Amino acid sequence: MATEVRAPVRTVTYREALRDAHREALQRDPRVFLMGEDVGRYGGSYAVSKGLLEEFGPDRIRDTPLSESTFVGAGIGAALGGMRPIVEVMTVNFSLLALDQIVNNAATIRHMSGGQFSVPLVIRMATGAGKQLAAQHAHSFEGWYAHIPGLRIVAPATVEDARGMLWTALEDPDPVIIFEHQTLYNMEGPLAADAGAVDLDRAAVRRQGRDVSLVTYGGSLGKALQAADQLAAGDGIDAEVIDLRTLRPLDTATILASVRRTRRAVIVDEGWRSGGLSAEISARIMEGAFYDLDAPVARVCTAEVPIPYAKHLEDAALPQAATIVDAVRGVMGQHA
Amino acid sequence: MSTQPATAPATAAHRLELLRQMLRIRRFEEKCAELYSAGKIRGFLHLYIGEEAVAAGALQALTADDAVLATYREHGHALVRGMAADVLMAEMFGKAQGCCRGRGGSMHLFDGALRFYGGSAIVGGGLPLAVGLALADTLQHRARVTACFFGDGAVAEGEFHEAMNLASLWKLPVLFLCENNLYAMGTRIERAQAQTDLARKAAAYAMPGKTVDGMDVEAVEAAAVRAAAHVRNGGGPIFLEFRTYRYRAHSMFDAELYRDKREVEEWKTRDPIATFDARLRLEGVLTDETRAALDRAVEKEMDEAVRFADAGTLEPIEDLTKDVYTPR
Repeated sequence: MATEVRAPVRTVTYREALRDAHREALQRDPRVFLMGEDVGRYGGSYAVSKGLLEEFGPDRIRDTPLSESTFVGAGIGAALGGMRPIVEVMTVNFSLLALDQIVNNAATIRHMSGGQFSVPLVIRMATGAGKQLAAQHAHSFEGWYAHIPGLRIVAPATVEDARGMLWTALEDPDPVIIFEHQTLYNMEGPLAADAGAVDLDRAAVRRQGRDVSLVTYGGSLGKALQAADQLAAGDGIDAEVIDLRTLRPLDTATILASVRRTRRAVIVDEGWRSGGLSAEISARIMEGAFYDLDAPVARVCTAEVPIPYAKHLEDAALPQAATIVDAVRGVMGQHA
Repeated sequence: MSTQPATAPATAAHRLELLRQMLRIRRFEEKCAELYSAGKIRGFLHLYIGEEAVAAGALQALTADDAVLATYREHGHALVRGMAADVLMAEMFGKAQGCCRGRGGSMHLFDGALRFYGGSAIVGGGLPLAVGLALADTLQHRARVTACFFGDGAVAEGEFHEAMNLASLWKLPVLFLCENNLYAMGTRIERAQAQTDLARKAAAYAMPGKTVDGMDVEAVEAAAVRAAAHVRNGGGPIFLEFRTYRYRAHSMFDAELYRDKREVEEWKTRDPIATFDARLRLEGVLTDETRAALDRAVEKEMDEAVRFADAGTLEPIEDLTKDVYTPR
């Protein structure tokens, strides 16, 4: 077998990976442009688009007024008009101002028009808590969006996915929403110099294990991996960690294959438990692997509270490595 | 649909065409009302009767390359834009031969070839799309116009103000066409708007705004042609308010408790078809014979549309979830 030539690997932040993805998309496809609040001169609320205005000019890096509904709707219109817009919404809570456009237009137009029009729009937004931003900047509504037929929902949890999901999303003929967890922007990770597009279809097994499947995504992936390390070291429990990557459509096959082997599942979701994504995943495991289970499916979710400001309260509200460890001990029958 | 906007003084043929378009809308919708009572059409049905001059006149200003967005009261716009009455009626019947293969119905008519982007039932929801379509044209250096129809009710929505602002800020080629029929469903404009002179709202967005008699098809056409030329030539968006009136109930389930029957009768004395018919006769353009021939042709077209819809087939249930996503 010939020796594989590997591209050099460098360490980059999630933010830089996203920026590289934008730069590549803007270079490759003249139909691509970015618009949103403060994406241009300010450089992006989370500095993802810093420098892109200077590089690509104001036609393609467009600062908008604070009109979420209209600039998201304009993204839909521009997509219908032959462009490939990337619309950045500053943060997930603000996207509720654009919910009408996303749900009533982006998600419906293809079906409502009998397949005459597609909406190749990409919407990006920061989601999640952990930075003491309180109850109007830090919720996890991706589960709501994942409820909607017509949308594709993705959550890059790694540097490779931050680099690779955008281009694939832009090539998708239907609307894709990319949820970037706000605690990940500064995360560093290795990235091959030739890293490029990745699929938006499959969940990824980020850690292989025999005893229990931790099913998670986005900002909770790191916590789940940390919990898995602790469980291996302290309890001799070998946890498998699945990064869903795509929240709609869910890669049920990967979840079920893992659970059938490990016979136990713990779902870690920063959304609330009631009516949330974790409930959907749990139901699918019940529907597809009930007789393989050795214990009821457990969930680690955010406490049913608007995200509080104070650090100790916010920490207590969110899934943490320690609470994941406890939940795993529970399903293993090893209560602390 | 005309392929060239009217510029020269209207010819007799063109004026008769305006009359014919209004007659088509009215007859189509009268049929719809009958068919609703007969149970052939279900769901919500919003009739445009009384407002025909707006769609018939304003759409003359567009070329085939331009885009149109309309509301849930959009049968007239679809017909005038060029959608065939039979395909339209099949959609009303929920048949596979309908423009959206029965997925949209009365409120959601779409036609890709005509650049007809719905058919939106979210009041004000089409305006941001119009801004985006116009942005796409600007970025691709195409001299096209996006015409967006909406009602007086939409003016109360935040999206109206956001979209007017953004279109003007970016000097986008949008024609904002407000069909002011005085009622947002049952709420009369004085009960919903602090400023009832809607054209004045355009000034807040540094945009020209004009009020037009929406019962006069030629006044509508003239205003729309001038505005479209301005928009097409890079002059930025324009807001036109057409003052018009809906004779029928808001939808088929409306007891009309909110308005006086006398008001409806007063507006009917300004009926866009009757007044235009009278004007054409006075000016020697229309005779009894011509009008009778027009009526017969329209009647025949609509009868055939109903037959086509009736004979249509149902979309297979197996295709229920088709078109939720693009096949890949």
